[in-house]
Amino acid sequence: MPAEKPLYALTGLELLDLIKQKKIGIADILESQSLRTKAVEGKVKAFARFTDNTTSGIPIAVKDNICIQGQPTTCASKILENFIPPYDATVIQRLKNAGFIIQGQTNMDEFAFGSSCENSAFFPTRNPWNLDCVPGGSSGGSAAAVAGDEAVWALGSDTGGSIRQPASFCGVVGLKPTYGRVSRYGLIAFASSLDQIGPLTKDVRDNAYLTSIISGHDPRDSTSLNLPVGDYLKSLEKDIKGIKIGVPKEYFSLSANAGLEGLDGEVKEAVEEAIAQLRKLGAVVSEVSLPHTEYAVGVYYIVATAEASSNLARFDGVQYGLRVRSADNLIAMYKKTRQAGFGPEAKRRIILGTYVLSHGYYEAYYVRALKVRALIARDFTEAFKEYDCIVTPTSPTTAFGLGEKLENPLAMYLSDVYTISANLAGVPAISVPCGFSKKGLPIGLQITAKAFDEEMLFRTAYNYEQATPWHKLKPKI
Amino acid sequence: MYETVIGLEVHAQLKTRTKAFCGCLNEFGAPANTRTCPVCLGFPGSLPVLNEMAFEHGMKAALALNCQIQNFTKFDRKHYFYPDLPKNYQISQYDLPLALDGGLKIKIKDREKTIPVKRVHLEEDAGKLIHEGEGSLVDYNRAGVPLLEIVTEPEIHSPDEAYEYLSELKAILKYLEVSDCDMEKGSLRCDANISLRLIGAEKLGTKTELKNMNSFKAVREALNYEIKRQTGILESGQRIIQETLLWDEVSAKTVAMRSKEEAMDYRYFTEPDLPGFVLTEEKIKAVKDNLPELPQALKQRFIRDYGLSDYDVEILAQEKRVADYFEACFKIYPQAKSISNWLIGPLSYELNSRNLDIQSLGLKPPELTTLISFVDQDKISNLSAKEVLTARLNSKKTVEEIIQEKDLLQICDSGELSAIIDAVISANQKSVQDYSSGKANALMFLVGQVMRQSKGKANPKVAQEMLKEKLTNV
Amino acid sequence: MIISKDDVLKVANLARIELNQEELNLFSGQLESVLEFIAKLKKADVSSVKPMSHILDIQNVLRADIPGESLPNALVLKNAPESLKGHFRVPKVIE
Repeated sequence: MPAEKPLYALTGLELLDLIKQKKIGIADILESQSLRTKAVEGKVKAFARFTDNTTSGIPIAVKDNICIQGQPTTCASKILENFIPPYDATVIQRLKNAGFIIQGQTNMDEFAFGSSCENSAFFPTRNPWNLDCVPGGSSGGSAAAVAGDEAVWALGSDTGGSIRQPASFCGVVGLKPTYGRVSRYGLIAFASSLDQIGPLTKDVRDNAYLTSIISGHDPRDSTSLNLPVGDYLKSLEKDIKGIKIGVPKEYFSLSANAGLEGLDGEVKEAVEEAIAQLRKLGAVVSEVSLPHTEYAVGVYYIVATAEASSNLARFDGVQYGLRVRSADNLIAMYKKTRQAGFGPEAKRRIILGTYVLSHGYYEAYYVRALKVRALIARDFTEAFKEYDCIVTPTSPTTAFGLGEKLENPLAMYLSDVYTISANLAGVPAISVPCGFSKKGLPIGLQITAKAFDEEMLFRTAYNYEQATPWHKLKPKI
Repeated sequence: MYETVIGLEVHAQLKTRTKAFCGCLNEFGAPANTRTCPVCLGFPGSLPVLNEMAFEHGMKAALALNCQIQNFTKFDRKHYFYPDLPKNYQISQYDLPLALDGGLKIKIKDREKTIPVKRVHLEEDAGKLIHEGEGSLVDYNRAGVPLLEIVTEPEIHSPDEAYEYLSELKAILKYLEVSDCDMEKGSLRCDANISLRLIGAEKLGTKTELKNMNSFKAVREALNYEIKRQTGILESGQRIIQETLLWDEVSAKTVAMRSKEEAMDYRYFTEPDLPGFVLTEEKIKAVKDNLPELPQALKQRFIRDYGLSDYDVEILAQEKRVADYFEACFKIYPQAKSISNWLIGPLSYELNSRNLDIQSLGLKPPELTTLISFVDQDKISNLSAKEVLTARLNSKKTVEEIIQEKDLLQICDSGELSAIIDAVISANQKSVQDYSSGKANALMFLVGQVMRQSKGKANPKVAQEMLKEKLTNV
Repeated sequence: MIISKDDVLKVANLARIELNQEELNLFSGQLESVLEFIAKLKKADVSSVKPMSHILDIQNVLRADIPGESLPNALVLKNAPESLKGHFRVPKVIE
């Protein structure tokens, strides 16, 4: 145990271990955490708000789109300002039952619309590794809080990469569980067929531990599967000798097709080194094809915005949240409230989603996207017949500069190119640190496995992590 | 020279304990916004889970309407902004509804006809909007109550057919116990579309949609009104405008709704929060095999097994509970016609005047059959029996106690009666002679005298028989 | 051009969002480029698949018809911008 490290710098399981050995108490953790937050939060701005807790427990940070009874939960949107849910999300209940307290709610792109955390109605969050860079998004606040040691661990949500991409940008571990593994009850929906809640942690062990706490069947979520939850910590004990890893060629030759600046050379190099490391650990690596990869972003921005336009229809100033009072009739009230309450990206996505569902465009856009989604899901089914997991970069680049992509939504959308497919196919994927750019920005390795095989992800990620130094490095803030 | 073409869309609230997608009570008349939770309020983060009873009720109704239950069915979101719709979309069914292609047999002027049922689907009800002053108040107690939508093909050809279809549909839903079908409480609602076309024409005319009809009678009246209105327009060479009209009960007219700002575009898509439903043939058969007897079958059986008339059966079968009551009585006292007469006559009068249904009336079948048997055995008069029924319902006393207390037993004992008759004959020789000379009225006079002498307790029928016999023997 | 400013206005109205001129100009251009990108889906051969609405292979998720808890009226209305006599209140509805 690295006793010389301050408590805030330890992982969750390290802290739990010290508590078990009665070397520290929960109050010590909270005090250390509080000092750290005071020191760096002014620079990082990871939190939307902190909560006053009457009870004591292991602190965790939660993204501002997961309902907490009696606490404002706003999705970093003006339209939900002052909204206080009368109930706890299922994951919050599970955390509370396991002895956690919510230390605060983390900043995010409004309604999880974005990849940079700049679409927050509050303020942008900054990357602890370089305060001029974005932390990624939409769970940027959660990733930055964990990377900056402001939180031991955190929950985020992932609809198209919103946990994994910020994890990659901030050098932490982020898991998007299998669709149906973790209850969505109480997660303010962005795209219901894609959303999953997942943990962002300092290392793979913490991630496995948290996942085992939040996973499992919930009768309040019809899409939550009634399958036993694996012993994720135990899965870490196995080595990866002989496991079959596929590397999709399309992910490395995507630039020409996708029309984006392409896979960054340093990222490519780091991922290739990681693959070499996995080989060294005994994995059998070969090339696999996911032929419909080039359509993923297009499919995603149809399906996700269509569902979002529907999910966000309820924010209308009638029951909760913002109401613009200058309107003298109902329709005007709706329109002015939604104009004032939603930020530009929310408006863009609602309009796009409404458009692809509207009369005359539904077949050409929405139905076609659902068909291509089936092709993408089939790619994964085929690949997992032969491979235990698939390894790719998490993001084509390292963290970009604040403001760099804000005016170009398409470029922002294309930064999700590697993470989107897992949501479309419903399969689990994890991002683990796999190196740094010359400028000192973290790079993430994405590992994807077949549905409900989180064990394989943790096992592979853990073996890789333990063989590399990346997770031990800390940013200087 | 015009043919009327009508299609009906019925919404029936399903009788479940809880709402369609949450555990809130499905209950009419509770204080505003007290039967609501995050799910039916559409609060951020809440998710729906379908009530299995709503689903089963829907299947029962669809099967009773002879529809094809689909092997795969799913829910869709129907979008429009309105404050009674908490999520601004309604969970409904669009392209893969629960059931398709059924039909409902109706009788219209002694002719049978099948009204084709196009589709049956499940959806959630909206809340209630009360307009008050410069704004509106919203109560979401009704939001999320399960609804069954039943749509006919446009193959109803008169307001009377529409009326019959609705009556039969209501009877079926009530027999199945899947809906209260109480239009006053809004648990059954009906919209109609209607168009006219020249007889023999193939193409349908432009239709109007009629809403806001609060009874089956109102549906019939509104359709009749609309036929006249459309005929007038067509005969003056003008065109019908496709629009939605509201029936105004007071002025007995249809009035146009103020035109919508834009054409509706509901942007249906599959509800991602609810996985689909697979219904195997076995499951469908199991529900079908457990369907209760439906009105048509019950009517046939009553005619066949009890020898009752069509007229009687139509009335008895209107309410399943009345039909059941009839059968319970018959088991104790197998006199179908008497029981039927009593149910249709005096008992029905009591139910109406007390505004009760047969279950809440508190009269057990053996009590009624005891009373009927007294009448049938001439122990009390019909008139007295009605008095007994009323008295019984107003008190806790038994039928027998009341008869005794009111001294209503008729004199049927031939010895006692014989003595009275002999006395009447000897005291009224003039009338006896009149009778012998063929004046039939004289007999009635003598019966009257017997009744008077017996203080009204003689059984008039028995008295008359005995008188006749004695006079013939004089 | 795939989407005109008129289209954007029409759709925004359907979604009950008012747009000012600046927003309209900005969004129209941005949506155009996104739709241009999305147009590549036309190339995909979708003849062998059905539209995929649900990714999970599960069906028949139902709950028993057993009452659960409703919220007290005060909590229902706690977040309401405007309420009256136990109801939510909204401005005048004009059809």
